[in-house]
Amino acid sequence: MSVLRLTGALYDEIRAHGEETYPHECCGALLGKSTTDGWQIEAAVRAGNTRTDSAHNRYNIAPVELVKIEREARRQGLGIAGFYHSHPDHPAQWSATDFAEAHWLGSSYVITSVAEGKATVTNSFLLAGASEEEKRFEQETIQVDDEIIGRN
Amino acid sequence: MTVFIPTPLRLYTGGQDAVEVDAATIAGALESLTLAYPDLRKHLFTAEGKLRAFVNLYLNDEDVRYLPAKEATTVSSSDTLSIIPSIAGG
Repeated sequence: MSVLRLTGALYDEIRAHGEETYPHECCGALLGKSTTDGWQIEAAVRAGNTRTDSAHNRYNIAPVELVKIEREARRQGLGIAGFYHSHPDHPAQWSATDFAEAHWLGSSYVITSVAEGKATVTNSFLLAGASEEEKRFEQETIQVDDEIIGRN
Repeated sequence: MTVFIPTPLRLYTGGQDAVEVDAATIAGALESLTLAYPDLRKHLFTAEGKLRAFVNLYLNDEDVRYLPAKEATTVSSSDTLSIIPSIAGG
């Protein structure tokens, strides 16, 4: 099982974002460095959810925003390690839409369940597989500072 | 011109996050890129040779889909082309 490593401050920041946008979904990018068994996250960048038509159960990050995020990541010597979003009043499990719309192979997709405005469970899923046709989500261990969490 | 490679595709460019190509158009740049790194082709194009629907191309800060000449747009050596897979979900 791969491991997503981040600090408590970053973990809290991602979860707080989901509480702030509730009852809508939040979304953002995770910048970091690749390690032998997963990503070491160094920064979380908030993004706008362009799905204003259905923001309670859909998210989309404008590609031009991603272009800018990636430019900034490169400047910092980091890569886009993955993305995060929230599931308002829904479990922290990937949905059929999450899977269909996931195209960043090797990246981590972090999902936080926000129940009645309060962040509950946060899970991370690695988009594994060598191609779009072979892709699959694999749950990851989340390591916050030195503590293992997010393992069901 | 410089083509910026997204994290998932760096596996196929020897780890490089940017590749310099010599091309007159965006389509030419993609052709040069995939000739130099053939393993990229199936990740960018369908079996029919069309750009995959989830692959966004940005010439500098412009979405190539909205440029009048689209992929036939001419480019100069100082331009940058960003390949950005889409990010969305439910």
